[in-house]
Amino acid sequence: MPGLEDLYREIILDHYRSPRNRGELPVPPAHKVEGFNPLCGDEVVLYLDVDPDTDTVRDVKIAGQGCSISQASTSMMSAAVKGKSVAEARQLIRAFKALMSIHEHKLEGEGDGADLQAELEGVRLGDLEALQGVVKFPVRIKCATLAWNTLQQGLDETG
Amino acid sequence: MTYLDVARIKEDFPILRREVHGHRLVYLDSASSSQKPIAVLDAMDQMYRTSYANVHRGVYTIAEEATAAYENARTKVARFVNAPSTAELVFTRNATEAINLVAYTWARANLREGDAIVLTHLEHHANVVPWHMLAAERGVEVRWIPMTPDYELDLSNLDALLDGAKLLGVSAMSNVLGTMPPVRQLVDAAHAVGALALVDACQYVPHNVTDVQAWDADFVAFSAHKLLGPTGIGALWGREALLDAMPPFLGGGEMIRDVRLDGFTPNELPWKFEAGTQPIAEAVGFGAAVDYLSALGMDAVRAHEKQLTAYALNALLERFPRTLHIYGPLDVERRGGAVSFLFDEIHAHDVSQVLDEDGVCVRAGHHCAKPLMRVLGVPATTRASFYVYNDETDVDVLVESLAKAEKFFLG
Ligand SMILES: Cc1ncc(COP(=O)(O)O)c(C=O)c1O
Repeated sequence: MPGLEDLYREIILDHYRSPRNRGELPVPPAHKVEGFNPLCGDEVVLYLDVDPDTDTVRDVKIAGQGCSISQASTSMMSAAVKGKSVAEARQLIRAFKALMSIHEHKLEGEGDGADLQAELEGVRLGDLEALQGVVKFPVRIKCATLAWNTLQQGLDETG
Repeated sequence: MTYLDVARIKEDFPILRREVHGHRLVYLDSASSSQKPIAVLDAMDQMYRTSYANVHRGVYTIAEEATAAYENARTKVARFVNAPSTAELVFTRNATEAINLVAYTWARANLREGDAIVLTHLEHHANVVPWHMLAAERGVEVRWIPMTPDYELDLSNLDALLDGAKLLGVSAMSNVLGTMPPVRQLVDAAHAVGALALVDACQYVPHNVTDVQAWDADFVAFSAHKLLGPTGIGALWGREALLDAMPPFLGGGEMIRDVRLDGFTPNELPWKFEAGTQPIAEAVGFGAAVDYLSALGMDAVRAHEKQLTAYALNALLERFPRTLHIYGPLDVERRGGAVSFLFDEIHAHDVSQVLDEDGVCVRAGHHCAKPLMRVLGVPATTRASFYVYNDETDVDVLVESLAKAEKFFLG
């Protein structure tokens, strides 16, 4: 039986209680994107400042409300992608989804360890790995991925 | 004073013997769906084992037995809500389908552009979305009876809201707040302007003595699964003259008296609204559930829940005087046993996750009442709801578990 400590690791509670990069950026030049989980009402707002010349995420600010998992994941995501190139950010999105056992464009099977290894190859998840325990609580996976889906949408819209 | 022997009642519910995460199961989500006693499980099992056949068709013995069991269940359910006649008690899939039946038949036959219907801020999506769909299709106006800061309906502007309205739809008990609006008063006000009244009694019937005639309503909807019965069956009670005049809902077998190449003649009530093979064993389970509740006595059920709800409200306010907010009236005379609350700093989902660790089942979310949640200004609440198998020990476990959640998240 997975326990609460698997889900709510200390680093997650820390990001929940003291979220990083909270605030707003002027739009434009920043791009604002909102993610919403209609089932539980969780909401993520991202302000993305992508430098078109260098294709890097110059700055990111977050807002919104929701459960500890969704808000901590948003905070951790903002810290992870700030200063990264768009390509690196997209790689992080893929790696994070692989960590959550989400394999896009695949219908059958759970995906094997090799898949996860391939997606994670050369990616440093760092603190984000603390969210891996969420996988054992299937209904909470959508809480953890909300920020990342919102980031993906934001990058698609700016790119 | 104890009204129910809960220790004995708990033994009637096999699921309450199981453990979750090493803890006794404490089921506090009956407002969502109730657990089932052995009497209901056995009645359905017995039907499948001894008398199962399709109803109203065969002339062989078990088909006759099945038909008798199905119709006998209807009689029990009709009596349970004091319907004057079994012709007025239509089996549906659930309360949602019962309300949709009214929206698709009576409303589409009688309402046109510019007509108004009146709903309340308390309504469940089941009594909102069918009317939004009608509004979009027909240009019907939907008006709302607002809520007061004390979580009651604000009836100060009722006459103006009802002016020119054709239908009033009201929940007899809110599944989020526990609020019990004054149904009879609202029905009378609707009738005074020539409007019909539909009562969503999905939360009311399981917990109170229900008398559709005392309400003087026109339509009453409820579900079996919230009153110890199975899923897949519910009921619409409607006045015979209205049901008679309404066009049928779904077409197919059962609901016809005659079918020709050029048309059909609908069946008599209540079968006119029961198209296709019905949930037969579920009807039998529905009947067994109302028998079980009647044996306890609905007066005793209500008295027990009032007592337990008062105990719970008290315990929550005493233990968390500053950090926990209760959404709903505090006077148990005016409310039922669905208790919504929220910690200032902890999300409802996080609370229920910690509670699950202790085997405590509560609901966290918008409870299919998003318009109401918008009025309350919160995206989600945690809701504990009580039934005949809950006692003060269950409430104590809840409170201890909440204290644990508070400590876990707020340190
Ligand atoms: C007040 C109210 N109305 C209607 C419904 C819908 O019931 P069902 O899902 O059984 O159709 C519910 C169920 O949650 C309810 O609480």
